[in-house]
Amino acid sequence: MKNILKSTIAILSVLIAFTSCNNTSNSKSGALAGNVAEKVYVAPGEHDEFYAFISGGFSGQLSVYGLPSGRLFKVIPVFSQDAEKAYGYNEETKPMLNTSHGFVPWDDSHHPDISQTNGEIDGRWIFINGNNTPRIAKIDLSTFETTEIIEIPNSAGNHSSSFVTENSEYVVAGTRFSVPIPQRDMPIKDYKGNFKGSLSFISIDPEHGHMDIKFQLIMPGFDYDLSHPGRGKSHGWFFFTTYNTEEASTLMEVNASQNDKDFIAAVNWKKIEEYVNNGGGTKMPAKYAHNVYDEATHSATSTMKKEVLTVNPLDVPGAVYFLPTPKSPHGCDVDPTGEYIVGNGKLSANLTVHSFTKMLDAIENKKFAGDAYGIPILSFEDVLAGSVEQPGLGPLHTEFDGKGNAYTTFFISSEVVKWKLGTWEVVDRQPCYYSVGHLMIPGGNSQKPFGKYVVAMNKITKDRYLPTGPEVTQSAQLYDISGEKMELLLDFPTIGEPHYAAGCPADLIKPRSKKLFKLEDNKHPYAALSEADTKVVRDGKTVHVYMTTIRSHFAPDNIEGIKVGDKVYFHITNLEQDYDVPHGVSMIGANTSELLIMPGQTETFLWEPKQVGVWPFYCTDFCSALHQEMQGYVRVSPANSNTPLKWSLGEDIE
Amino acid sequence: MKKPLNIAALLLITLLISCGGKEEKKKEGFSYDKKVTTEKTTEKKAETIPASKRVDLTNKGIGPVTSLTLHAEIDETMAAKGADVFKKMCTACHRADKKFIGPAPKDILDRRSPEWVMNMILNPDEMTQKDPLAKALLIEFNGSPMANQNLTEEDARAVLEYFRTIK
Repeated sequence: MKNILKSTIAILSVLIAFTSCNNTSNSKSGALAGNVAEKVYVAPGEHDEFYAFISGGFSGQLSVYGLPSGRLFKVIPVFSQDAEKAYGYNEETKPMLNTSHGFVPWDDSHHPDISQTNGEIDGRWIFINGNNTPRIAKIDLSTFETTEIIEIPNSAGNHSSSFVTENSEYVVAGTRFSVPIPQRDMPIKDYKGNFKGSLSFISIDPEHGHMDIKFQLIMPGFDYDLSHPGRGKSHGWFFFTTYNTEEASTLMEVNASQNDKDFIAAVNWKKIEEYVNNGGGTKMPAKYAHNVYDEATHSATSTMKKEVLTVNPLDVPGAVYFLPTPKSPHGCDVDPTGEYIVGNGKLSANLTVHSFTKMLDAIENKKFAGDAYGIPILSFEDVLAGSVEQPGLGPLHTEFDGKGNAYTTFFISSEVVKWKLGTWEVVDRQPCYYSVGHLMIPGGNSQKPFGKYVVAMNKITKDRYLPTGPEVTQSAQLYDISGEKMELLLDFPTIGEPHYAAGCPADLIKPRSKKLFKLEDNKHPYAALSEADTKVVRDGKTVHVYMTTIRSHFAPDNIEGIKVGDKVYFHITNLEQDYDVPHGVSMIGANTSELLIMPGQTETFLWEPKQVGVWPFYCTDFCSALHQEMQGYVRVSPANSNTPLKWSLGEDIE
Repeated sequence: MKKPLNIAALLLITLLISCGGKEEKKKEGFSYDKKVTTEKTTEKKAETIPASKRVDLTNKGIGPVTSLTLHAEIDETMAAKGADVFKKMCTACHRADKKFIGPAPKDILDRRSPEWVMNMILNPDEMTQKDPLAKALLIEFNGSPMANQNLTEEDARAVLEYFRTIK
């Protein structure tokens, strides 16, 4: 009996320890690892604390995740056609993917960045760059739809993009590859001194977010790799890392790694803006598409622009300086105070941090080490704030928690390293699985980061998930950074290969998220705003069908008088005015995708019937218990027939 | 020998429960649920007279409108506005004087209270889940849901006024 008592007491005390209500000390893993699951568990029906917008890399899209759960909510189509949402397939959004090269249905999406007001993210828009055919897209965070895409002329490999200044004055796009400007037929070996790199400052209209290239700075022919805006004290400046200051054009992995130091280019954009506002700069012929989606007409238009304003940096003295930075720096990151500029020298043993204050001093006191094509090179020692000594191998990117700490990814040694700004000491390191690229702290590119989590985005996953043939998923990893030591909480798969992400508290976006489009605001030229407005109109070989949907029928649902060789445009208006009641539609043999039409919206698909017969169409989005009944027929007659044009719903066609 | 174990078990349970915090209290063991019987009789009725034909002027439905008195005179301006709203928002499923996807609103106030009609327009999801008449109507009309067209209360009131004018 005594023994039993003793053992029960022992068991009890262990249980008390485990069930203790006060879970304050849970930074340890191991025996208390169960707490890790709790930290990422968002109960069914509850919402995540943060949105994370993770770039879709070579998928061309932008994915929306919740943190800390790592649940995927939506893939926003941006640069690639998306059959699920008809983006780039329906007539309304096809113009979004227009470029000076014609219709380009894909891109490589890289660096999302959320708009800011007074140095803090405001959750209005998110911008992302298309790397391959240089473009910048704007996504409206009230609809989570891409509403604008502007092509960047004189650019190639649009990589040091798309970062936003602290009042969303500009979204900036820098070229990775230098090219002949303007483009011309010339020998590749004559690269050096002849190719140029463009840095584009795209103004953002404060009301609607509309983008316009204010000016392009035409820089020496280096590779401009990444960039970030100054903030706080350095607001008005922009910083770009460069590599290939050797200006090599072949066997780059050797030839572009010769110089001991490359540069961070510091650009005083306020100075250039003033110069441009006073009539400075040279207008250069250029051809680039500007595509704008109008929420009222539910349609995009594409305009081809004809010229761009260029600025030669030598014409604006004091506007551009080079900060020597070892060695082929990749990420270019500015801390929340705007004082420190981190050059993540990917081939360097140390991490280089420049001081903005010292930079201004060096400029004022002309502490120059030379010049490159007339642009002053500041003396390395005079701008250096400090170095983090041998923190890891292959530093790529740095983010900040707003509490004086920085977090840097190391690709080769596959880890995130936490270090202290100012003392440059390494505080902690955690492995990544595997080969981490970017990392993101919500609000990381702003004066006010939300330093609770960091998301690391990995290039390689190998054995981390169930295998899926030779191609396996990319992944993100979530770390808790609220304590002194980082703690790995979660692995989750991502779409494409994620390059950078942007995050913010859900409360910034949630209250503004649109639920539906009001029918009365629908200004689509082919909308049928009630069933009374539905009709079929023939204009030569073109037929316009004004159709509506509501649970659960199409109006009209019987159409006759269509002929082989016609171009039939189905303009479908969803008459629903309730949240989360989209309808879909698809037509047998249509050489396009389905439509997915939100309440109050009008979308159009083109069908070119090639065969005589009676062809069905149906709703593709399960809309009600009668969804399976939501179907209709189109009678297609021979090209030379006289079948009259008729349409109906709920009665025999007469 | 058994007792200490029991006490330990009790202690354990208390501990576990006390830590839950969020755990809601279990419902009491006894409850008199009279609704069940009411519903049963309603369903029985449905077999004889279809819900669309049934008259119930006391049921006010479930929703924002709890009390509504109609003036003896029809407000023609309001009715005209209601006709316009009805045309834009409702005709996809309702014809004024004949059954279409949903029932016809003609003479609706002979069968339903004004509050019920308003709540059916303004709060159809909850109505078709909880109101016995609305539930029966949903079944009678093939499970075709009454769509919430997000009308304002003012618009719904105008539609109701229009319904009074349907001859």
